[in-house]
Amino acid sequence: MNEASGRAEDRADGGRALTAAAFIPGLAHLRRGRRRAGLSLLGLALAMLAVLAFSFDRVASTFTAGRVDYWVAMLTLAGTLAAAWGVSLRAEWGRPRQRAEGTSQWAIAWREFNRNRVAVLGLFLMCGLYLATLLAPYLTSYEPNAIGDIAATRHLPPSLDHLMGTDKFGRDVFTRVLYGARISLSIGFVAVSISVTLGTVVGAVSGYFGGAVDTVLMRFVDMLISFPRLVLLITVIALFEPSIFTVIVVLGLTLWPATARIVRGEVLSLREREFVEAARALGLASPRIIFRHIVPNVLGPVIVAATLGLGNIILIEAGLSFLGLSVQPPTPSWGNIIDGGREYLVQAWWVSTFPGLAIVVTVVAFNLIGDGLRDALDPRLRI
Amino acid sequence: MSAPLLRVENLRTYFHTAEGVVRAVDGVSFTLGPGETLGIVGESGCGKTVACLSILRLIDPPGRIEPDSRISLRDRDLTAASEGEMRSVRGNEISMIFQEPMTSLNPVWTIGDQIAEALRTHRSARPAEARRRAAEMLRLVGIPNPEQRLDEYPHQFSGGMRQRAMIAMALACDPSVLIADEPTTALDVTIQAEILDLLARLQEQLGMGLIFVSHDLGIIAQIADRVIVMYAGQVVESGTADELFGRPRHPYSEGLLRATPRVGRRMRRLSVIPGSVASPKRWPPGCRFHPRCPYAWSRCREDVPPLPGEARASRCWLEEEPARRTGGWDELALAEDH
Amino acid sequence: MASDIDRRASAERSAAGTTHGPLVLVEGLVKHFPIRTGLLGREAGRVHAVDGVSFEIQRGETLALVGESGCGKTTTGRLLLWLLEPTAGRVVFDGQDVSSFDRLGLRAFRRRAQIIFQDPFGSLNPRMTVGSVLREVLQVHGIARRGTAERQISELLDAVGLHADDASKYPHEFSGGQRQRIGIARALAVQPEFVVADEPVSALDVSVQAQVLNLLVDLQRRFSLTYLFITHDLSVVRQIADRVAVMYLGRVVELRDCEALFQGPLHPYTQALLSAVPDPEAGTDRQRIALSGEVASPANPPPGCPFHPRCPHPGKDETCSCVVPPLRALNGGAQAACHKI
Ligand SMILES: Nc1ncnc2c1ncn2[C@@H]1O[C@H](COP(=O)(O)OP(=O)(O)O)[C@@H](O)[C@H]1O
Ligand SMILES: Nc1ncnc2c1ncn2[C@@H]1O[C@H](COP(=O)(O)OP(=O)(O)O)[C@@H](O)[C@H]1O
Ligand SMILES: [Mg+2]
Ligand SMILES: [Mg+2]
Repeated sequence: MNEASGRAEDRADGGRALTAAAFIPGLAHLRRGRRRAGLSLLGLALAMLAVLAFSFDRVASTFTAGRVDYWVAMLTLAGTLAAAWGVSLRAEWGRPRQRAEGTSQWAIAWREFNRNRVAVLGLFLMCGLYLATLLAPYLTSYEPNAIGDIAATRHLPPSLDHLMGTDKFGRDVFTRVLYGARISLSIGFVAVSISVTLGTVVGAVSGYFGGAVDTVLMRFVDMLISFPRLVLLITVIALFEPSIFTVIVVLGLTLWPATARIVRGEVLSLREREFVEAARALGLASPRIIFRHIVPNVLGPVIVAATLGLGNIILIEAGLSFLGLSVQPPTPSWGNIIDGGREYLVQAWWVSTFPGLAIVVTVVAFNLIGDGLRDALDPRLRI
Repeated sequence: MSAPLLRVENLRTYFHTAEGVVRAVDGVSFTLGPGETLGIVGESGCGKTVACLSILRLIDPPGRIEPDSRISLRDRDLTAASEGEMRSVRGNEISMIFQEPMTSLNPVWTIGDQIAEALRTHRSARPAEARRRAAEMLRLVGIPNPEQRLDEYPHQFSGGMRQRAMIAMALACDPSVLIADEPTTALDVTIQAEILDLLARLQEQLGMGLIFVSHDLGIIAQIADRVIVMYAGQVVESGTADELFGRPRHPYSEGLLRATPRVGRRMRRLSVIPGSVASPKRWPPGCRFHPRCPYAWSRCREDVPPLPGEARASRCWLEEEPARRTGGWDELALAEDH
Repeated sequence: MASDIDRRASAERSAAGTTHGPLVLVEGLVKHFPIRTGLLGREAGRVHAVDGVSFEIQRGETLALVGESGCGKTTTGRLLLWLLEPTAGRVVFDGQDVSSFDRLGLRAFRRRAQIIFQDPFGSLNPRMTVGSVLREVLQVHGIARRGTAERQISELLDAVGLHADDASKYPHEFSGGQRQRIGIARALAVQPEFVVADEPVSALDVSVQAQVLNLLVDLQRRFSLTYLFITHDLSVVRQIADRVAVMYLGRVVELRDCEALFQGPLHPYTQALLSAVPDPEAGTDRQRIALSGEVASPANPPPGCPFHPRCPHPGKDETCSCVVPPLRALNGGAQAACHKI
C-alpha cells in the first residue's frame, strides 16, 4: 500500500518534472546534472524571449517592413527558440544514449574541448556575436546609415540612448558596429570556406598522387605563398571595383595555399598508413580512398587552421577597410567605422574605440577556439 | 646470501588522470644482489617500465609514487632522497637502458659527447680524460675503431650499434645497478643474441646487479638468475629461472609458458590464455587474473591472494588448496578444440 | 552451421579452380627504390629491396617468408598483390600474369588476393566504425545487397571471434588483438583465396598472439585459404608454415619444407638465425652461432653472396665474395643459395 502510493507519487512527480522541463528549456539537462548545457540552453531561451519582449514592436513590424534582414532576424529568433526547446525536450523524452554505440573520435574531441574552459568561453563569445549580428534589426531602433539632424546628434557620447555614442554624421555607433559585424563575419566565413575547400582538395590530390602532379601543384602553391599577400590584395582590388565580393574572392583565393600545404603534409604521412594500403588492396577507387578514408583524418588540422584563419581574415579585412579598399561607406564595416572616427579620436574617442574592441574580442575568441580545437583534436592525446 | 644491493618494497605507482586512477604498479617488492641478474617478465601494460622508472624516480605527474613505497639502494632510502641526490644516483649508481635505441640518443650530439657527458657530470672528468674513457667504453661494448666512431652521430650507427653505444653510456660511470628495459625488443634476433651475450659478459666482468625486463620468456630464461613474473601491476610469481621455467606454479606463468611458440618443436595447436588484460583503471576484484584463469573458483573472485615473502612464491589460492589444480590449461585447450 | 559465406566461398572455389599448378608463382622478382636527392630529385642510388626472388605457392598451403627487418619481406608481399609494380620479373596468379590485367581484371584480382597487416593501430581507419568499413567493402564489390549486408557483417565478425554488436564501435575501442581480428575480417570480406599476412602477430602479446595464430589456422581450413605468412619470428613459423623461404638482403637463401628446415637448416644464415632464437626450454645452455657485423644496407649490397661478410662458414672463399650463388635445387625438394653446400 505504502509502496504503491510511493510509486504513484513518483510517477506524478516525474510527470510534473516532465511538464516543467517541457516548458523551461535546459531543466532536463540540469536535472541530469549537466549544468553547463542546461544553463546555456536556459540562458539562450531567456535571451531570445527578452529580445521578443523588449522589441516586440520591431518584431511585429517584420510583417510590414518587407525587408530581408527583418525576416532573417525573425527566422533566427524562432529557430533558436525552437532549437533550445527541441534539444531540451529530446533530453527529457528521447531514448537514453545506448552504450553499444561507439564513441567516435569527434565525440571524444568534443569532450576534450568541453574540458577547456577558455575555449568554451571563446565558443560562447562567437555564438553570441553571430546571434547578435543576425538579430541586429531587433536589437537597435536606429538605422545604420540614416542621417538625421546632424547638428543635434553629432558626436554624442555613450549614453543609454546611444550605447556607444554617435559619429560625425550623428549615426548610432552601436548600430553601425552591429551591422558592420555582418560584413566582417561573413567575409571571414565565406573566404575561409572557399580556402578550406580548395586547399583540402588540392592538398589531398597533390599528396595522394605525388610525382609530377605533386610537383606542379606545390610549385604553384610556393609561388602564391611567396607573393606578399597585401600587395596582391591591393593590386587585384585596384584593378577591380573594391566591393565585398572582390574582397571575399581575393581573400579566399589567396589563403588556400596555406591549407593545401597542411593537408598535403598530413596526406603524405597518411598515405603510408596501412589502412590506406588496405583500401587499395581491397580495390577501392582513388577518389573514394581520398575523400572517404584520407580526408576525414586531415580535417582536424584543417579545422584548427580554419578557425585561426577566420580571426586572421577579420583582421585583414579591417585593415583593408581602413585603407578604403574594402566595403565602401556608408555601408558600415568595422574597418571603415574606425577609419571614420580617426580624425576625431580626441573629441569622440568612442567612434573608433568600440569597433576596435569588437575586432579584438572577435579575434581573441577565434584564437581561443582554435587553440582549444588544436588540443582537442591532437591525435597524440588518444590511445 | 649477501646483503641486497637494491631493495624494493611495496612499490605502488599510480597515475592520477582525469579519467581515474591508473594503478600501473601496485605493490611490487623484490631485491637485487650484487652480480645478480633479476628478470622481470610480463605482457605489455603490466607495469614493467613504470616500475623501472620508479626506481630512478623518473615518474612525472600525474604519476606518483605512493607513500609507503620503499626503494633502498644499499642503506639509502631513495624514496626520501632529494631531487639533487637522485640526479647523482641516476646514470652514476643506477643506470638504465631503454627499448628504443633510435630515440634514446640525441641526434645532434656525437656518440662520444654523449658518453663523455655522464662522466663529466658525475665524475667531473676533464674533456680529454672523458674522451679517453668514452673510447674505452666503446671498445668494451665491442664497437670496432672506437676512437674514430666517437666522432660519429647516432644516425651513422646501425640499430645494434646504437644499443651498444647506449650500454657504453650507461656503464661509463661504473654503476652498481643496471636496469635494462626491453633492450633488445627493437632488434633482430641475431643482433639480439649478440647484445644478450654482451650484457652477460659485462655483468660478469663488472659485477653489477642487472635488472633485465622483457616480455619474452625465452630471453629471460637465457639471461636471468632469478625471475619475477608480473601481471596487472603486481608480482604473481617469483623464483629462480630454472624453477620458474621448469615448474611454473602460478596459472598465469603456466599459461604464458604454454602459449609461447617454440623453435624447438612444433605444437599441434598453441595453447591460449583467453581474453586480454583488464584496464589498469579497473582491475578485477579478488585475484586480478581470475577472469582468464582456468582454475578460478569463487574464492578467487572475492579474496585477493597474498604473495608470500619467500624466494619461491606464487600469488595464488592454489598454494593453499593444491587439490584444486585439476584440468586447467589442458581442459581449456580440449574445450576450444570442440 | 555452414553459413552463407562458407557456401559462397566454396562455390566460387570450385568455379575458379579449373587451372592446375601453383596458385601464385613469382619469377625473378626485382624491386629497386630510387634514392632521390636535391631539388630536382636526381637519382643518387637505388635500394635493392628485392633482388631476384622466385618461388611458388601451392593451393591451400602456407608459405612462410622469414628474415630480419629490411630484408625485403614486406616489399615482396606488396609486389605479389600488385600494390607495387616490380622493376623486373613477373607475378603469375592462378595461371595469369598479373601485369596483363586491365582495370577490371585487377579489381577481380583484388577480390581473390588480400592482405593482413602488422600494425593493429595503423591498419584501421580511426574515423570509421568497424561496420562501415566492412559494409563499404561488401558494397563496392557488389557482394551484398542492402538487405543482406548487416547479416554478412555479423557473420564475418563472428568468424573472427568478435561480437555482432562490435560493428558500431570505432577501432580505438578495441584491444590490439581484437583490432587484428578486425583486419582479418576486412580481408575476408571479399572472400579471397590468397592472403598475404604481413607480420600479423608481431605486435601482439604472447597470449593474444596464440589466439590470433589459431584463428588464422582455423580460417585457413574453413575457407581453404592459401597464405603467404611474413614474419621475422622463427618460432611462430614452425607452428604455422608448410614451407619456409628464408630471405637475406632481398634474396631467398633457403626454401624448403618447414620441419626439414627446423631439423637441419642448410644455409649458414638459416643455421645462425635458428640458433639465435631464444627458447625458454633451452635456458642458458645452448650453442649459438655468433655472427660478426651487421646486415649490409640494401642501398649498397656487397658483391657476391649477400651474406658473405658475416658468414661463419669455415670454407668461405673468393667465390663467395665475387659470385652470387643461385638458388639451387638440392635433393629432397630443398633449395638453397650457397656455394658451399
Ligand atoms: N604517463 C602515464 N599516464 C597514465 N597511464 C600511464 C602512464 N604511463 C604508463 N601508464 C599506464 O601504466 C601501465 C603500465 O605501463 P608500462 O609500465 O609501460 O607497461 P610495460 O612496460 O609492462 O609494457 C599501462 O597500463 C599504462 O597505460
Ligand atoms: N617505398 C620505399 N621507398 C624506398 N625504400 C623502401 C621503400 N619500401 C621499402 N624500402 C626499403 O626496402 C628495404 C626492404 O624493406 P621491407 O620490404 O619493408 O623489409 P622487411 O619487411 O623485410 O622489413 C628496406 O631497406 C627499406 O628501407
Ligand atoms: Mg615497457
Ligand atoms: Mg616488413
